[in-house]
Amino acid sequence: MNGNSSSLWVYLSQSPLLWLTVTLSVYAIADAVSLATHRHPLANPVLHSIWIIGGFLLITNTSYTTYFSGAQFVHFLLGPATVALAVPLYDNRKRVVAAIVPMLISLVAGSITAIVSVVLFARAFGLPQAVILSLAPKSVTAGVAMGISESLRGDASLTAVSVVLTGIMGAIIVTPLMNRIAITDFRARGFAVGIAAHGIGTARAFQVDEVAGVFSGIAMGLNALVTSLLVPLAVTLLLH
Amino acid sequence: MIASLSLILLCQLAGEAIVRGLNLPMPGPVLGLSFLLLLLLTRDRYVALRRGPLHNDAVESTGRGLLAHLSLLFIPAGVGVVQRLDLVVEHGVGILLTLAASVVVTLLVTVATFLAVSRLLARNQTTQ
Repeated sequence: MNGNSSSLWVYLSQSPLLWLTVTLSVYAIADAVSLATHRHPLANPVLHSIWIIGGFLLITNTSYTTYFSGAQFVHFLLGPATVALAVPLYDNRKRVVAAIVPMLISLVAGSITAIVSVVLFARAFGLPQAVILSLAPKSVTAGVAMGISESLRGDASLTAVSVVLTGIMGAIIVTPLMNRIAITDFRARGFAVGIAAHGIGTARAFQVDEVAGVFSGIAMGLNALVTSLLVPLAVTLLLH
Repeated sequence: MIASLSLILLCQLAGEAIVRGLNLPMPGPVLGLSFLLLLLLTRDRYVALRRGPLHNDAVESTGRGLLAHLSLLFIPAGVGVVQRLDLVVEHGVGILLTLAASVVVTLLVTVATFLAVSRLLARNQTTQ
């Protein structure tokens, strides 16, 4: 590399502009591919964008802190977008009110299952206790899950990783699984993915069906609340 | 558009402040969501509130715009995960199998409960 292009790279690679551009362009391509494959579950734009960008950072030896200086503008919008879930919820309020009882009962059933199943499977696979504590809150949004994990003295960064992996797995698996068992009620499908796979599952649900997206968003919000109450209880009962 | 965005941020800000202040076990934006919903419902009842962002579908269309690419917003955090995959590799394939199995079981139990309860309610309504 000659001196000029090297100093240009040094300049650009430290500027938020480059990393914001990379984030948006990689997503735009991944989303176009997802659309071209009629939203095939394996063409999930979150999955493909993160490994492509992650690989690019690795090759160019760029730190996550530098990347985040640009990507934070996108990351910031998660909060306002969560607030904006009120809009489709408002549009579908009659449907939601009519389904309040099935929602509340399956919220409790699903939330307990998410926690208990991860603890039991982790023990069956022989994972150490410290890891089990970090995995327990994996079905809720990262911010809440990391808080729960810290309060249990788990490893918050392992929790963050398992939250994202859970979200991606849920978003990929939900459509083929529900089709296989012939579930046609998009309220139920959406609610299930919101409980199991939080925001990444909700983003998938909105790709498939608006009603599914609305129910997924409600499930995600309620599950954050229920899980933070249940995880400490479940961990005490199952691990001590 | 700016007024609508301000309203959404205001809801989030109120949510964050209350969650932090009262140490509630929920994300601030989720509380913000309920504030925005409450505002939209109150507006339907009181004509006086039908102005600015709460008028002519303004906050609604800004909200839909924010949600149109919800997947994009998870990418910065997701990229952070790619860099910490060593944490997963350390514990081997057991951790991946645990997460996958738990996701499938959770999906099945939730969807089955939802459908069973709504069918039970529908049956009760028809017999009454």
